[in-house]
Amino acid sequence: MTSLSKTTPGGSVNIKRITAKGKLGQRLVDLGLYPGLKVTVIRNSPLEDPMEVEVNGYFLSLRHEEAAYVEIS
Amino acid sequence: MLKSVRMVSPTRLVALAGQPNCGKSTVFNAITGASQHVANYPGVTVEKLSGSYTINGTRTEIVDLPGTYSLTSFSPEEKVSRDFILHDRPETIINVADAANIKRSLYLTFQLLEMEIPVVLNLNMMDVAEKNGMTIDFKGLEQILGTPVVPTAIKRGQGKQDLVKAIDASIASGVHPGFKIDYGPMEPSIQAILTEITAGAGSFSYPLRWLAIKLMEGDLGVEKLLNQTLPDSGTLLALAEAERNRFTRTQEESPEKHIAYARYKEADRLNHLVVTQHPRTKTSKNVTNQIDRFVCHKFLGPIILALIVYALYNLSIVQGYKITNYTWPLLARLRDVTEWFMPDPGFITEPMIRALSLWFVDSVNALLNYVPIFFILFSLIAILEDSGYMPRMAFILDRLLARFGLHGQSTLPMVLGGVYVGGCAVPAIMATKGIPDEKARFATMMIIPMLNCLAKIPLYILIINIYFADHKSLLMVFIASITLLLALPVAKILTLTVLKNKPSEPFIMELPTYHLPTISGVLKRALERIWMFLKKIVTIVAAVAVVIFALIQFPGLTQERKAWYDNQAEIAMATFHQKMAKTAFGKTLATNGSAMELILFADRYKGARTRADKAAMEKINTRFESENQTYYAITTGKGGKEAKTARRTLKKLTQTRKKLLRGIKQEKIRNSFLGKFGRTLEPVTQWAGFNWRINIALLSSFAAKESTVATLGVLYQQEASTETLSLEKRMEQGEKGFTQLHALALLLMMALFPPCVATMITLKIQSGSIKIMLISFGYQSLLGFTVASSVFTLSSLLGLTGLQALFGFWFFALVVAIIVGFIPPRKNITL
Repeated sequence: MTSLSKTTPGGSVNIKRITAKGKLGQRLVDLGLYPGLKVTVIRNSPLEDPMEVEVNGYFLSLRHEEAAYVEIS
Repeated sequence: MLKSVRMVSPTRLVALAGQPNCGKSTVFNAITGASQHVANYPGVTVEKLSGSYTINGTRTEIVDLPGTYSLTSFSPEEKVSRDFILHDRPETIINVADAANIKRSLYLTFQLLEMEIPVVLNLNMMDVAEKNGMTIDFKGLEQILGTPVVPTAIKRGQGKQDLVKAIDASIASGVHPGFKIDYGPMEPSIQAILTEITAGAGSFSYPLRWLAIKLMEGDLGVEKLLNQTLPDSGTLLALAEAERNRFTRTQEESPEKHIAYARYKEADRLNHLVVTQHPRTKTSKNVTNQIDRFVCHKFLGPIILALIVYALYNLSIVQGYKITNYTWPLLARLRDVTEWFMPDPGFITEPMIRALSLWFVDSVNALLNYVPIFFILFSLIAILEDSGYMPRMAFILDRLLARFGLHGQSTLPMVLGGVYVGGCAVPAIMATKGIPDEKARFATMMIIPMLNCLAKIPLYILIINIYFADHKSLLMVFIASITLLLALPVAKILTLTVLKNKPSEPFIMELPTYHLPTISGVLKRALERIWMFLKKIVTIVAAVAVVIFALIQFPGLTQERKAWYDNQAEIAMATFHQKMAKTAFGKTLATNGSAMELILFADRYKGARTRADKAAMEKINTRFESENQTYYAITTGKGGKEAKTARRTLKKLTQTRKKLLRGIKQEKIRNSFLGKFGRTLEPVTQWAGFNWRINIALLSSFAAKESTVATLGVLYQQEASTETLSLEKRMEQGEKGFTQLHALALLLMMALFPPCVATMITLKIQSGSIKIMLISFGYQSLLGFTVASSVFTLSSLLGLTGLQALFGFWFFALVVAIIVGFIPPRKNITL
C-alpha cells in the first residue's frame, strides 16, 4: 500500500482512500481530497517538507506526515 | 452601544459566507462601503465583522462570517459561522463562491442549503473564470439548486447592483430552496433519526434533516446542542450512535467521510452539467505555477524570502523611523500645549498636576511615535496577505520552525518582533493572528517579547559603548543571534509544557493563486489596524502609566531632606540677589518671584530657539524682546557689560537649580516604592551583578523599554556642575567596580527581560487569556534572571573574561537549541 507522501514531484496519482480520522481526516476532505480524485505532486519545499500538490485546478500544501494518510492506487 | 433613534423600518439581517480566497471581503466592502465595525464573537477570539447599507429607507445589516471550507465543529471559525446561522437566523445568506472553482465551492454551498435558509449564490471572480476559459450556465445552476445565482466580478466593479437586487428579492420571498443531496445507502439511517427527532421535538426551530445528518457525522457541537435543548436527548443520541456503527460496519466507510464524499460527487455532477471548459494556456493557475517556480525554488525561494523580509524590515522599521523625525515635532507640540495649560513649576518644586500630566503625555507620545512605522508595516503586510505570498512563506520555512513547535507562518511575526535587531512586539503579536495552529500561535506570541525590539537598543548601545567599545559589531551580532538561539528552544519547551494541551491543527492549506493587491484594499486594512491599535493599546497604556507614576513619585522626600533642599535653594537665591544687586537689574529682580519669572522666561526662550530654524530665529528674538525687555537683555546678555554679568549670574542660578532638581529626583526614585523594591531585590540580584541602581532601571523598563536609559540618566547624575559629561562617562565613573562580566549579565537580562506593558496588554488581547499573559511575564523574568546570574556567577568563579563568557554561553545556547530541536514534538490532532 503506497501513500501520497511517497510520491515524488511530477508524479500524478489517484486517491484510493483517506485513512486519517477526526480533525485531520475532516480537514483533508474539506480541502478537497476524496477517493477517485487525481492528484499531481508539483514540488517539495526547499527543505523537502511540506509538499505542494495540485487537485481540481488549485494548489494545496501539506506535510508528508499528513500525506501519509492519503492512500493512492 | 448607543443608537440614534430614527424612523426607519426594522433592520434586516443578512450573513455573508464563503470559502477562503473567494473574494468575500471584496464583496463585503463593495456592498457595505465604509460603515463597518469589528467585534469578537462571544467567548472566542474570532473576529465578527459587520456592516450595513440602506436603500429606500430600509437598512440591511451584513455580518461577514469567517471564511471556511466547511461547517463542522472542529474549528472555532466554522463553529461560530454555523451557530450564527442557527441561532441568529439571518433572513438570507449570500454565499460568495470562486467561479473559477465551482466544484469545491459547492461543497460549502450544499452545507448552507441543508440548513434550510434562503441562500443567494454569488459566483464571484467571473473575470478570472472567463480568462481561464470557463463558460458557466447560471440559469441551469439556478434551476438545479432552486436558489438565485448571481455572477459578479466585484473587483472589476461588475455585478454589485444585481447582487443587491437578488438579496432584496431573496428576503422578500423568504423561501429556502428545497435542494437535497441524496446520501444513498445512508438515507435509511437519516430517515430513522429524523422520525425520532420529529417525535420528540415538537415545535423545534432547528432544521431537522440537517440535525439528522450532523448526528450521523458524529458532530460534537450538535450533540451538545441537543443535550441542552431536548429533555429526552439520550434516546436520540443512542439511536444515532447505533446507526453510525451499523453504517460503518456495512459500508466499510466512516459516516462523516461518506457524507463529505457524497457532497463532492454531487458537486462533480453539477460541475459537468453547468460548466464548459475551453482549452486555455494562460490560466491564472498556470501563471501562479510559473511564479512559484521561482518563489518556491530550492535555492531561489529562500533568497527571495530573505529579500522580502529584509525589504519589509528596512522599509518599515528603518525608513519608518526616519519619518518619525518629521512626526515627532507634532507630538512635541502636543506636550508644549499641555505644558502651557499647566501651572508653572517652582524653583525646586513641581506641582503634582503638572508632573502627572506631562508624564501621561510622554507615555502616550512614546507609543504614538510608532504610528508611522506601524502604518508602513501594516500596509506591507496587507500587500503580502492580499497577493497570496503569505502561505508560500509558511511553505518554505515550515520544516525548520515546526522542529521548535512553531509554524511556517510564525516567520512574519518573528521578523516584526525584531528577529535581527529592531522590531516591536506589539504589531508582531498582532500579526500572529494569521497562524492557524493554536499551539504554534500561542508559542509564537510568547517568544516574541524575547526578540530585540527597537526600545531595547538604546541600553545595548550604552553598555556596548562603555564596556565593549573595541568589539561593537561582534556584540551586536551576539545579541541578535543569542535571542533567537534562546527563543527557539523556549518555544519548543512551552509547547511541551504550558501549551501541551492546546490543540494542534493539521498543516494542510491552500496555496491560493496570486492576485494583484488593490491600493484601496491595502490602505483600508492598514488604517483599520492602526485604529484598533490606538483604541486598544493606547488607552490601557495611558492608564498603566498613571500607576507607575505613583510608584515612582511616592512616598517622596522626608521632611528633613526637604528642609535641606529648601535651605540650599534659599542660599542659591540669596547669592543671586546679592550679585544682581550690584548690577542695574537689581531693583527689578529683588524678589524670589521675579527671579523665578526670569528663569521661566529664559527656559521658554531656549525651548523656542531649539525647535526653530534660522528664519524663525529673528521672529522669536523680536517676540521675546517685546514681551520683556529687561529679561531679554539678561537672558541673551545683549546690552553691555552689566547685562553680561547678569547673564552669568542667571546661568549660575539655573545650574544650581538643575543640580538640586536632579538630586531631588534621584532621592525621590531611591525612596519611592519602586526604588525600595529595587533595593529589596539587591541580595538576590547580586548573583547577576546588579546593584539597586540597575534594578530600578530594569524595573522602570516595564513601562517602556526606553525608560531604562532615561532612568540610568537620572541615577548617574552629573557630579561637577561645570562640565557636562555623557551618560557613558557618568555610568563608567558611577560604577567603578563594573567589569565586562557585569555588562554581559545586564545585556542578557535586558534581552530576555519581561515584555513591556503595551506588549503584555497585546498578549492578553490576542490570546484572550490573562493566564498566558502572566505566564509570559513569569517565565521571562525567571529565564532572564537565571541566565544573567548563572553566566555572571559561574564566569566569576571560573575567572573568565567578558568575551570568554560571551563565547562560552553562545555555544552552550547553540548546543541546547540543536538538542531541543531533535526532541519529537507533541501533536494534539485527534485521528
